[in-house]
Amino acid sequence: MMKDLYKELEKDIRYIEGLKSCFNCGVCTAICPAAEVSDYDPRRIVDTVQKRDESELEKLLKGDEIWMCGECLSCKTRCPRGNTPGYIIQALRALSIETGMFTESHQGRKQLAIKRTVGDHILKYGYCVYIDEVDNEMYPEQGTVWKWLRQNRESILERLGTSYNKNQSGTLRHISKKSLDDLQKIFDETGGSRRLEKIEKDSAEKAKELNIDFKEGKDDYFNYLYNE
Amino acid sequence: MNTKKNEIWSAYQKEIADDHYYFARSCIRQNFFPAAENLYIDILRNVLGKDIYDDSRQTTCTGIAYHSGLIPLETTMTVIARQFALMNEAGYENFVVSCVTSFGLYVETLETWKHFPETEKETRDALKRATGMTFSIPKNIVHASDVIYKFRKKIAEKIILQLKNKSTGEPLKIVDHIGCHYAKIFPQEGIGGAEYPYVLAGLIDEWGGHQVDYPERRHCCGFGFRQYLLKSNRSYSVTNSKKKLDSMLPYKPDLIIANCPGCTYFLDRWQYVIAEMEGKTYGENGYGIPVLTYEELAGLLLGYDPWDIGMQTHQVAVEPLLDKLGVAYDPEKKYKGRNGEDIGIPENPQVLRCC
Repeated sequence: MMKDLYKELEKDIRYIEGLKSCFNCGVCTAICPAAEVSDYDPRRIVDTVQKRDESELEKLLKGDEIWMCGECLSCKTRCPRGNTPGYIIQALRALSIETGMFTESHQGRKQLAIKRTVGDHILKYGYCVYIDEVDNEMYPEQGTVWKWLRQNRESILERLGTSYNKNQSGTLRHISKKSLDDLQKIFDETGGSRRLEKIEKDSAEKAKELNIDFKEGKDDYFNYLYNE
Repeated sequence: MNTKKNEIWSAYQKEIADDHYYFARSCIRQNFFPAAENLYIDILRNVLGKDIYDDSRQTTCTGIAYHSGLIPLETTMTVIARQFALMNEAGYENFVVSCVTSFGLYVETLETWKHFPETEKETRDALKRATGMTFSIPKNIVHASDVIYKFRKKIAEKIILQLKNKSTGEPLKIVDHIGCHYAKIFPQEGIGGAEYPYVLAGLIDEWGGHQVDYPERRHCCGFGFRQYLLKSNRSYSVTNSKKKLDSMLPYKPDLIIANCPGCTYFLDRWQYVIAEMEGKTYGENGYGIPVLTYEELAGLLLGYDPWDIGMQTHQVAVEPLLDKLGVAYDPEKKYKGRNGEDIGIPENPQVLRCC
């Protein structure tokens, strides 16, 4: 068992800010959209964390539950003791990745799929989402209008006055190399790049263990995580 | 609906700068409602006579990645610091954020720097090392909907249509949906606070409509960040939107307006999914309830052509709303291309009626 998990957790300002003292009233769980649709229970997580039991903490970091939160942060508004379960979740998720424990749970493993979509889009396009990457197969709920828009995007986006693929200000513009380089350097300098690389590296090991093909992009391991 | 409850908001106010804004675009809005942000800028510049700077150098704030547990807070704070530096370089002090997730994170960053002052220094040092840039904190940070709220009375003087049914003269019944990160994290940063946000309800009241106060009014749309981003987890998202839609249905709303890009998207698209999966529709005669952004609504009332401001990019057809309002539109032009050419039309869904 890895020792000193609390020592690491307590370095995270979101943990410091998020946990004051919980008296188990359960208001956070009552208001929580995730608790309503799954077994996720923020009251239980906060209570577990405040017990300061290393093995219980390790179970959380290796489990699915910390990944069920939707980060709406409704819990912050409602807690009568000034706790923010959502911030504690943010700190637990970060520690789960840093310790490599995220690959021990089905939900935790899915961080690779998010890295290979939103994470990679940021450094490629300068935004988390970009029309060229959002097809109806991966996002069927986008519907028939999106399919039509996407198929005719050069024409429609010009009609609507956007700057799609253009080197100028405006909607959906092409982001300059200088701006993308700035983002990359910020990621390199602040641990963002290292975090993304760690997700790739630990995922490669897990994929090998699970005997699922792992390469890059939308490989078998990605599709398994994204769809199942 | 003039009840005492509707006046509670007035105790919660905030400062919204009067002019000279630096605009930060939204990842989701640019893609899924691609005309909305340009309409916003046009209304500010050409209807309200304001100065707003549209910078080609700014980028995402990384908010969707951050709230999906993907990247460190330090990375997000430094990207935000770069946006501040760009604002400084452009000569502006008032920051206007198009996205509610971003707005929450900008405020979160400033609060973090207050509570943990060493993190501000670390961010400044990291930005300097990475890009050579330095920055001053903006004098004023608001969400884009705050500015429309501030000038709602000036817009009311210029609108050519009221939020009324043209045939009956009755006020339209309108649902407002406020993105969670607008005021649930920092209630003092929202008009009306977390319990009684008035930033959109104020537009409804001022422009002649009728607010719908329904049981799940303050419930999340169900974005859930990583829960939506993964196809395997998306039932979280549609279930929460459905809870809201089912709750508002008995009140027969004519329109939903939202101030968050994600919420606008989900309340629009999940109506399509619920119709196709369960055969259930929420509007009249097989249609859905149209879902608009605040500037799209202002644009329609101000007389912009609905097809110039992107109404055809919504999955839920807006024609029932246009007809009630008495908006003049040419149905033939809805799906035309850049030069008026025929580029085909979207397939008709099996259940949801889309004109």
